[in-house]
Amino acid sequence: MPNIVEIRDLRVEARTDTGRRVEIIKGVSLDVPDGEILALIGESGSGKTTIALTLMGHTRPGCNIAGGSVRVGTRDMARLSEPERATIRGTEVAYVPQSAAAAFNPAKRLIDQVIEVARIHRLMPMEKARARAVELFRALALPDPETIGQRYPHQVSGGQLQRLSAAMALIGGPKLVIFDEPTTALDVTTQIEVLRAFKSVMSTGGMAGVYVSHDLAVVAQMADRIVVLRGGEVQEEGPTATILDAPAHPYTRELLAAFDPAPHAAVAAAETAPLQPVLEVRNVVAGYGSAGRDGLPAKIAVRDVSCALERGQNLGVIGESGSGKSTLARVIAGLLPAHSGSVRLEGGEMAADLRGRSKDQLRRLQIVFQLADTALNPARSVGDILGRPLTFYHGMKGAARDARVVELLDMVRLPAAMRHRLPGELSGGQKQRVNLARALAAEPSVVLCDEITSALDTVVAQAVIALLKELQRELDLSYVFISHDLSTVRAICDDVMVMLNGEVVERLPADRLQDGATHPYSKLLFASVPKLDPGWLDSLDAAPGVRGETGQHTERPALTPAAAGGL
Amino acid sequence: MAITFPTTPRRIGYRFNAVGAVALAVILFWAVIALVGPWLTPYPPGEIVDFDYFGPMSAQFWLGTDYLGRDILSRILAGARYTVGISLAAVIIAVTAGVVLGMTAAVIGGWLDTVLSRLLDALNSIPSKLFGLVVVAGLGSSIPVLIGTLAVIYTPGAYRFARALAVNVNTMDFVAVARARGEGTPYLIGQELLPNILGPVLADLGLRFVFIVLLLSGLSFLGLGVQPPNADWGSLVRENIGGLPFGAPAVLMPSLAIASLTISVNLLIDNLPTKIRDRSA
Repeated sequence: MPNIVEIRDLRVEARTDTGRRVEIIKGVSLDVPDGEILALIGESGSGKTTIALTLMGHTRPGCNIAGGSVRVGTRDMARLSEPERATIRGTEVAYVPQSAAAAFNPAKRLIDQVIEVARIHRLMPMEKARARAVELFRALALPDPETIGQRYPHQVSGGQLQRLSAAMALIGGPKLVIFDEPTTALDVTTQIEVLRAFKSVMSTGGMAGVYVSHDLAVVAQMADRIVVLRGGEVQEEGPTATILDAPAHPYTRELLAAFDPAPHAAVAAAETAPLQPVLEVRNVVAGYGSAGRDGLPAKIAVRDVSCALERGQNLGVIGESGSGKSTLARVIAGLLPAHSGSVRLEGGEMAADLRGRSKDQLRRLQIVFQLADTALNPARSVGDILGRPLTFYHGMKGAARDARVVELLDMVRLPAAMRHRLPGELSGGQKQRVNLARALAAEPSVVLCDEITSALDTVVAQAVIALLKELQRELDLSYVFISHDLSTVRAICDDVMVMLNGEVVERLPADRLQDGATHPYSKLLFASVPKLDPGWLDSLDAAPGVRGETGQHTERPALTPAAAGGL
Repeated sequence: MAITFPTTPRRIGYRFNAVGAVALAVILFWAVIALVGPWLTPYPPGEIVDFDYFGPMSAQFWLGTDYLGRDILSRILAGARYTVGISLAAVIIAVTAGVVLGMTAAVIGGWLDTVLSRLLDALNSIPSKLFGLVVVAGLGSSIPVLIGTLAVIYTPGAYRFARALAVNVNTMDFVAVARARGEGTPYLIGQELLPNILGPVLADLGLRFVFIVLLLSGLSFLGLGVQPPNADWGSLVRENIGGLPFGAPAVLMPSLAIASLTISVNLLIDNLPTKIRDRSA
């Protein structure tokens, strides 16, 4: 079979602010045979998106192709002039971006944006383009294919929008489609629909594809071959099954191991009589917006939720974006005063608003946020960030404070010299460790972890989870672990509660997540988590229950990228 | 070249680039003149010392003489106190008040935010010259009154600017963490918000300083500013404007003084050390 793409010894350089040149792609060669899907997989910074973009002859600002060739069809994209590339983009090579919400113009109707490629390149009469778009909508299993194009981007769900952006890419009849993490921002139940739609459209059309992702399980469903990248170099390449079953390179093995962390073993199993729960939430109702006539907030996000956390145990809260799990964390922390219900910490009632709580109550309950980028003040050094809670809660000053900061950094496995750096000079994983160390500085008894591993690469996330477990053993902590990622929840929690539309629909022990679920929604949620088995997606078609229910959940309005990220 | 300030002992210090250093030097020069100017004047600034008017530069009168035959060098040196002093004091008061109120409104929100915003909007709707006219007519012209008036005129703008920036920073998680820790409003605005809006706020301060210099000159032009025989640089330009056709140094030199100060302030802010400038969120 001839290859539609042949990349030979590709090198991409970036110029830093100081004028230094850095090679970010170091001599990559790869092929995509006609009609096959090749996956580029790696951590952030591995160069996977950069390689994918060169297939359109594009580099991000500040970067340029320094050497090698990128042959697509008969032409070398690296050598074409900009106008020549423009004629090829959209017609021969098309691109499906990560955030469909950002890729659509909110002020124009969907159909006009989908057929825009046909109009710009004058590929076909507009009537024919519209008919073709409707065909694509049908092929992508979008509801109401005849009329959905008349809506605006905010009137469809996140998953539908991602499928519409695929329709936009496919309208020009490209030979090669680039998917750049198209399902990363979606919930698992939505992700299934989108993946299935992509897969069927690609196989029907016989198109070749390049699928960029950091999620091995997703890639296992989509790709024929996998290329593992790290630091701009190819680590391993091979057919999907070979990479998954018999990885040769140590880095690939590390990635695979990180995907399925060992289940959590209870730490405090040896405790004698059941003590008072360390954290108890009773019948909490909370929401946003001003109070209506009935005294309830305009939009209720958490409805009558109760839960309890034993000392030394971990409670997992899972659910999709919009399920109210982050709101619950804010209510427990007092950032959002509950409308009704109570929160008790170690037996003591806490005021709904954090201004009514004592300093000691505040100290014993700490919250760690998802995005370490926004959770650390960019203008203050790591030492100041960690030192403030020490001064605030424990009155530490001077040398004692410095010594404790070094201890805290050591606790989260960071070198002491890190305290002079600003957060912007740290990597994502390091920032999350500092974020955690700040909570530990208060010497809390309960730590609320709000999606703390969601923004991290799999390998880094696994290291953070391992750290959390270790700290729990050493410091007698209890975690409330909020996540949409089931495998991390399974790796750290003792009990799990599943939330849907602000209500708890099921509670069960973490080791029974796979087979113990009884509520249809939790079953659906657990069944939707992609597995490393390449046949997993196709096998789901045999289970009609899953498909029917998924449809109903995708009817929600489109999510902004932030909301889809679980903020 | 590098100039180090001993403000933060832990860090190496702030590094200015060449343009920033020159601008800083010019500003410091004028600041020193404002302090010691009256003792440096070769002639009493209010006295007629030359029989000629619009005299040229000479060994006797370095920068020539004005339309009455007064020494321009002396008048510029004495005027620095008014222009630099009044403008600097007014801009610092205006920006400090505006930024503190703006950050407080952003952090506390609710009715305080609404009341403060509407109040300052109302103040903003009064034309600045008219406001100056009424105040000076009512209270008489003195330096404290001028500083106060100029500060009040420019506070609402600084407030608006700072509040808009602070509202964005206020939604960040690190502010939520600080709140959850139980921190009070002074800590939130001083330690969490201010460092992150400092860059734009300083740029705003530079712009506002220039506006104040120009407004002060305008008020002096209307006879409401610094009263004769004293004169700020703006009045020097105005009273000697008749010398412009002859290219008299009496009108060019005060203009140069104004230009050197305002341009330097803006150059300094554009070339602030990256440690300060890049703190903006």
